[in-house]
Amino acid sequence: MKRVVITGMGIYSAIGKNLAEVKESLYQGKSGIILDPARKEMGFRSALTGMVERPHLKGVLDRRMRVGLPVQGEYAYVATLEALQTAGIDQLFLDKHEVGILYGNDSSAVPVVESVDILRNKKDTMMIGSGYIFQSMNSTVSMNLSVIFRLKGVNFTISGACASGSHALGVGYMMIRQGLQDIIICGGAQEINAESTASFDALNAFSTREAEPAKASRPFDRDRDGLVPSGGAASVILESYESAMKRGAPILGELIGYGFSSNGEHISLPNVEGPVRAMQNALADAGIRPESIDYINAHATSTPAGDSNEARSIDTVFGSCKPLVSSTKSMTGHEMWMGGASEVIYSTLMMNHSFIAPNINLENTDEHTSLLNIATRTEHREIRSFLSNSFGFGGTNSSLIVRKA
Amino acid sequence: MTMQNEAIIAKINQLLIDEIEIEENQINPSANLKKDLGIDSLDFVDLFVIIDNNFGFKMKAEEMADVKTLQDFYTYVIHRINPIQP
Repeated sequence: MKRVVITGMGIYSAIGKNLAEVKESLYQGKSGIILDPARKEMGFRSALTGMVERPHLKGVLDRRMRVGLPVQGEYAYVATLEALQTAGIDQLFLDKHEVGILYGNDSSAVPVVESVDILRNKKDTMMIGSGYIFQSMNSTVSMNLSVIFRLKGVNFTISGACASGSHALGVGYMMIRQGLQDIIICGGAQEINAESTASFDALNAFSTREAEPAKASRPFDRDRDGLVPSGGAASVILESYESAMKRGAPILGELIGYGFSSNGEHISLPNVEGPVRAMQNALADAGIRPESIDYINAHATSTPAGDSNEARSIDTVFGSCKPLVSSTKSMTGHEMWMGGASEVIYSTLMMNHSFIAPNINLENTDEHTSLLNIATRTEHREIRSFLSNSFGFGGTNSSLIVRKA
Repeated sequence: MTMQNEAIIAKINQLLIDEIEIEENQINPSANLKKDLGIDSLDFVDLFVIIDNNFGFKMKAEEMADVKTLQDFYTYVIHRINPIQP
């Protein structure tokens, strides 16, 4: 089995458009949540959202590359550029080596809505144009980036609801560990728009604390009232240790464990037992004991049931050692398909800069969240290893463990 | 009122520059649409939409078979807009 290391990272998120900005936001405990009044006019229960600026790619990518690229693909392109740059990989290298892509993505709503609107209005499929088909498929990010970067390795998308990005890293880790690929661009992308979140808003799952957007996402807090949708993209370059050493690449961390499970119960209500098994499987895969984990980046989205059950899950596995826990979603909002990848980046930044970002807005714990040792302010700590949780609809669970290089 | 040929050609050129992002210095009546201007099968799908939105008619694939150069394309569009012209 080969060792799998992280040699590059790139991020485009509501708390920063690159690694440096994001690291600073994490350290300062800065929220990226805003109110989008247009959603209120559309009939949303909650108009709260994370927001990022749309990248300007005209003049950067030619028209054919842009026409089929939806907004989350644009975020992913920018994040991947930064990831390749930090890994010291240029286009010449990509042209000469077999580099793959495994990206997490689970929707592309706007192109679907717009193309069907054109059809309904014009009653002629020919008026839809050439770009919407490539924009509207779930595999849009991996299909576009593989063409833009002329990739020649593994190439597909992983759709695992809000654990998509985490599973993408997990599957990439397994492929490299088995010697099937040397380098894979892994990540997650999440569109930000009303169209993709309207049906989620319909579930009463979003916080309605609209008077205080920066305080709305409050994972583990007693008065949490729902999640805040967000988005962007996160790219992680996973590479075999041998390949990284041969290239003289920076080693930002080592991915040592991937655990997964399914709850086998309710489609939207998380349970305790499924995440327990995912975390235990990750520890077993890494061959380490709970005591070796210094920090847990929780999935905790700020929903009443989800945070309670995750707290009980973490307590079941880590109750004897109580590592520091925080949910960076308190700042970013819920980055959904992207979150599993971005939260590995957030945690790796913390690990390499020896701090733990605060779980902002935690003012009072409740019966279950009081079981945890939650970082409510920036903690200066050495992190030897961290565990990152991601859970999704259908009861899909993913836990990743990264060790300091 | 019919549109003058020069105006049609100027509009086509501007649409190619603005919408298909052809470089202005590549615009030449003798330019081959595929080989010189790089207009591929997917760009033709977009040209269908652009022409319909701007000139109000639908290009037909069978009529495009003989359209090789930019001049051929000007002639085709002019004849579709002003069919009485020789």
